[in-house]
Amino acid sequence: MSPLVSIEGLSVAFNGVPVLRGVDLALGKGEALGLVGESGSGKSVTWLAALGLLPRHAKISGSVRLDGRELLGAPAAELDRVRGGRVAMIFQDPASALNPVLTIRKQLCEALALHRDLQGETVKAEAKRLLDLVGIPDAARRLEAYPHEFSGGQVQRIMIAMALAGNPDLLIADEPTTALDATIQAQILELLSTIRREMSMAMVLISHDLGVVAENCDRVAVMYAGRIVEQAPSNQLFADPLHPYAQGLIGALPPLDGPRRRLTAIPGTVPDPAHMPTGCAFAPRCTLATDPCGLAAPTLAPIANDRTVACIRADASRRALLGIAAE
Amino acid sequence: MSAPLVEVRAISRSYSMRSGMFGRATAVHAVDGVSLTIPKGETLGLVGESGSGKSTTGRIVLGLEPPDCGEVRFGGKPMAALGTAAWRTQRARMQMIFQDPLGALDRRLPVATQIREPLDIHGVGTPSMREERVRELLRAVELTPAHGARYPGALSGGQRQRIVLARALATKPDFLVCDEPVSALDVSIQAQVVNLLCDLQAQLGLTLLFISHDLRVVRQISNVVAVMYLGRIVEVGSADDLFARPEHPYTQALVSASPAPGRRSAGRIVLAGDPPNPAARPQGCAFHPRCPRAIARCASEVPALSAVGGDRQVACHLVTGAQTRDAA
Repeated sequence: MSPLVSIEGLSVAFNGVPVLRGVDLALGKGEALGLVGESGSGKSVTWLAALGLLPRHAKISGSVRLDGRELLGAPAAELDRVRGGRVAMIFQDPASALNPVLTIRKQLCEALALHRDLQGETVKAEAKRLLDLVGIPDAARRLEAYPHEFSGGQVQRIMIAMALAGNPDLLIADEPTTALDATIQAQILELLSTIRREMSMAMVLISHDLGVVAENCDRVAVMYAGRIVEQAPSNQLFADPLHPYAQGLIGALPPLDGPRRRLTAIPGTVPDPAHMPTGCAFAPRCTLATDPCGLAAPTLAPIANDRTVACIRADASRRALLGIAAE
Repeated sequence: MSAPLVEVRAISRSYSMRSGMFGRATAVHAVDGVSLTIPKGETLGLVGESGSGKSTTGRIVLGLEPPDCGEVRFGGKPMAALGTAAWRTQRARMQMIFQDPLGALDRRLPVATQIREPLDIHGVGTPSMREERVRELLRAVELTPAHGARYPGALSGGQRQRIVLARALATKPDFLVCDEPVSALDVSIQAQVVNLLCDLQAQLGLTLLFISHDLRVVRQISNVVAVMYLGRIVEVGSADDLFARPEHPYTQALVSASPAPGRRSAGRIVLAGDPPNPAARPQGCAFHPRCPRAIARCASEVPALSAVGGDRQVACHLVTGAQTRDAA
């Protein structure tokens, strides 16, 4: 099966400072891919770059293909058809993504008019159908309301409705629930997974919350300092993480049941993009690092079926993990 | 159990709010009859969604805000009146840590100067002793004196929160109120700060009120956890037991909504409806419009927080009291 989106060697630099350093990623039709990593690891920049949404001074290289068509450097007219049409994006702060002085109907109809050839009454009917779909009660009346009349969870639902206006094949959800309360987060995640199933839409879920990603994605890619360091089916990644950074992330998460243990914190902090260590970017914080780690950056290599990891000590880290499990 | 250091007795606080410029003022009950006790050296976790009144509770406990009724007792004595000498002495024994360390620090002062400030204000020791104390505090939060010479902008988020912690510890307080202290930090850094807080608590015998929306972090650090909903406590219990066997339907939904790696969302309780609005508090049990198990009584009668066996207290008509539980 040819992938829906394939990203190869995507690199981005702002004012000569590299923030994305060669990202390879493929996404199949209807697949849900999770992207996790700490702030500044390049999760959002990957997709902003792919869709040509970065400011002009960003230097982008590599290749991003949607159904085999190159998107990087594509003419603006073609990108306009892709963005909001085939690929839609929702963000962490939904309130700032809506225009506060226009009604929801105006904004939804604008998206529908841009991406679907709908006229007059059908536009309005479609806007109402979308609001119904995302679970806004009393949709016909609420269409005439302004963004401030909705709660945070409802505004995110409206953003999802707007993203669905162009019948996208891929939805990129960038921290869609980070600003929401726990019970509202559960509602939005359930809505996203229902819609994805019904419309057989692919989704990229960008989140710093490992739990959110684990539960909602088929496959997970872990990013660190502008690179993907591990990629695996989500159940395998969380049961048996191979990259020491992925292990660290999971160990740092306090358990909600079972005995309490001291958290295994990753020492140090994320490296400054302007002063990247030579070799593996994680080596200065890694407990398993040896001399060769400081020489060259490891490439993402297959280690098992459907799994890739960028670590020359992956075997040692797997042994260490099994050793802990055997105790 | 040792004697309580902090005792909160039925505190309430309401604000008046106008809707629009000419709207009628309505009372918003941010905190409504909250009672808590925190034994010396222990941690009480306070969880709830935004608008549940957890931060207001923290501010009242610290005396940053007066309660409309009820009282806060510290070390067995009522809080001294605001601004008096006795109040200043008492305040040096209690400190607060906020979510946003950059907002809590002055960007134009080296951080060591800021750690020193409480010592200057409360006139602790001679200047050279204060310098020594600053170095000691920096070491306690696992930073070096070199970090002390820097400005907040030159430190990472985790380092800034350590500085805030060092400053809070400067006057050797007995009691710390931590309001979402690690929520703005990345998970690996969050673990560093949580571990540090646990270590410091053990070394210094600190008593903590730990406010957070993150159930995992709260469980990690707390002995006892109280769950708040619209200004009231709906459930209290020991941390491990509460999250393993939540009794109140709201706590059950909260625990179920907390995603866990390695567990697919089977049988998740997804609450209908929006987060509650403190200005339009439902009659009866405030949770009943969203409660999957609500009965007619819930809409009219406010359930009281009552013991249901063990050290658990629940405010719900459907969770029956200790007698029935023992009989079962």
